Amino acid sequence: MTEEKNMQDDLFFPPVRTTSATSGSEYLSEATSMKNLGGRFLALWSTDHPGRFVCAAFSDAEGLRILRAPVAETSRTFPSITHLFPLASRPERTVRDFTGWTPEGLADTRPWLDHGFWKNAPAGERDYPFVRVEGEGVHEIPVGPVHAGIIEPGHFRFQVVGEKVLRMEERLGYTHKGIRALLRNRPVEDVARLSGRVSGDSAVAYQWALAQAMERATRTFPPERALYLRAVLLERERIANHLGDLGALGNDAGFGFGLVQFGRLKEDLLRNNDRVFAHRYLMDMVVPGGLRENPGKEDISILLEDVRRLQRDVQLLKIIYDEHGGLQDRFSGTGVLDPMLAGDWGLGGVVGRASGQMLDLRHDHPAWPYNRERIPVALSRRGDVGARVQVRFQEIRHSLAFLHTVLTLLPEGPVRTPLRECGSLAEGTGRIEGFRGEVLVWVCLEKGNIVADAYFHDPSWHLWPALERVVPGNLVADFPLINKSFNPSYSGHDL
Amino acid sequence: MYRIILKILKTGLLTEPLSVTSPESPAPFLPVAKSLSIRHVDAGSCNACELELHALSGSYYAPERQGIRFVSSPRHADLLLVTGPVTCHMEQALKDTHDAMAFPKAVLAVGDCACNGGVFRGSPAVRNGVDAIFPGTAKIPGCPPSPNILLSALRGLSRPVSGDLPASS
Ligand code: SF4
Repeated sequence: MTEEKNMQDDLFFPPVRTTSATSGSEYLSEATSMKNLGGRFLALWSTDHPGRFVCAAFSDAEGLRILRAPVAETSRTFPSITHLFPLASRPERTVRDFTGWTPEGLADTRPWLDHGFWKNAPAGERDYPFVRVEGEGVHEIPVGPVHAGIIEPGHFRFQVVGEKVLRMEERLGYTHKGIRALLRNRPVEDVARLSGRVSGDSAVAYQWALAQAMERATRTFPPERALYLRAVLLERERIANHLGDLGALGNDAGFGFGLVQFGRLKEDLLRNNDRVFAHRYLMDMVVPGGLRENPGKEDISILLEDVRRLQRDVQLLKIIYDEHGGLQDRFSGTGVLDPMLAGDWGLGGVVGRASGQMLDLRHDHPAWPYNRERIPVALSRRGDVGARVQVRFQEIRHSLAFLHTVLTLLPEGPVRTPLRECGSLAEGTGRIEGFRGEVLVWVCLEKGNIVADAYFHDPSWHLWPALERVVPGNLVADFPLINKSFNPSYSGHDL
Repeated sequence: MYRIILKILKTGLLTEPLSVTSPESPAPFLPVAKSLSIRHVDAGSCNACELELHALSGSYYAPERQGIRFVSSPRHADLLLVTGPVTCHMEQALKDTHDAMAFPKAVLAVGDCACNGGVFRGSPAVRNGVDAIFPGTAKIPGCPPSPNILLSALRGLSRPVSGDLPASS
């Protein structure tokens, strides 16, 4: 009986295994074997449900693996795994900020998201001790949190010699909105709405990941048409963001033509989003149990027409970008992310794939309908800004072809089933390849479908540390270009 | 090169005629005529409001034809445009930016978050909107407000408050 259920689960939901370690040392040895077997670190968070735990999420060939370490009332510590997975450092510091639990063995004792301004919270340090580089001719450039332009807030500290960056350090957390505190003990609808606003540019990815987590927790299987349409929404979100990024990258390299042309294509797409789905950024379309509305035949033909127009226009713009010497000169060799580092850290998303990492959830652990209509992985090995531009172009092309198939084969029927009630405490995870990379959502539901706790993981947790590694050696003036080619989210990271 | 020129010629003029100012826009309150320099500060938005500000700057809306432009330095700005619910961590930076602006200056809240905290209202890490810092701020609601709404509201602001300002010929 359970076997059967699991089979149905596997068909709908990408596989996940949860292990609860009985002690800190068991957690550490499990994490070590995870590392030895080639597992990638995804996320780490703390929770009080269903007990006091630190949860670490990894990804391996079989799927998602969640490892839990118990945190004892008396010692209030958990073993740090940063020596195994460097990306765990900031999440562990964040856990300390919010709970006061100490990651044992973590060298970095500075707070991370806590700037020391909240009421009733462990105080962080107001003067953040940045690492300093000493030496003749070294000077420091502080940037932010308010940047010159329409961008999210964050602080960067550059140590430079002449034009060259020796070191760059980030200070984030300015957009911290207390989302996790806000969502506890709220009904699923409220949390679904909130999830679309963790990082507004990835509304579909987040809302789908949350819906998947809740559907898994309550054993609800949404109708096939809803899943197909979710994929349509997700790919439209990806295309819109990639178009925006390509335009901005052209502009940052001094090619204003790109901004105008790509900006126009993006705006056309957004307007049709509004026309068909009543929201330019597709917020609140994906709901737990399915989709808010069922688009009609006419709507589908608008979406198909978009695909045809974009296929033609993007192809021409790609030729123009490729042939433009000045542009390629700025793109190539700038902001190189070493494929070795990308491999060691297990970086996915556009950034990882542009550094030779063949990782894409839509391909590796496809959720329905990606297991039906396959999508190839876009790949480049060069690791520079140009590679990230190429990967974006490739992904747009793949997504358009995918959209064409899915829209043509769209099954008929309803798009929503009510979410089933969970009897007691139930957990679920959702994992979706957003336009930046993997979005992971963990949710714990209480009786009556009240959200006891949830965690949202943004791929930017990986992108920000990678950016810090990439910038040194480049010119200060190239930083905006490199940053744009990564396009990490501040809001998604700061939560 | 010829491809670029051909594409430019084929694309033609993208800018759309101005729509009428919507009645929901805030009443004019800025003593500037035919020119409005805006400094934007993201006080913890989800970033969709920024996407709309970017879209607004695009060719379809072309706010510059109305003299509306986004500037990098607060010293050049007439208007402080704030998005996001004002997180505790951005409060100081927001005040500093406002302090750096020259008189006459005004503040405008864009998006539900900046108006009243939006979906983040009630969180201990936010101040529930710009009003908490600058009471009586003018507001443009929406989650996020579309570029059309933004454009018509911003146009409304840049009209002289009364007839006593010289209209440029
Ligand atoms: S108003 Fe809406 S779109 Fe704007 S920042 Fe707030 S949640 Fe995001």
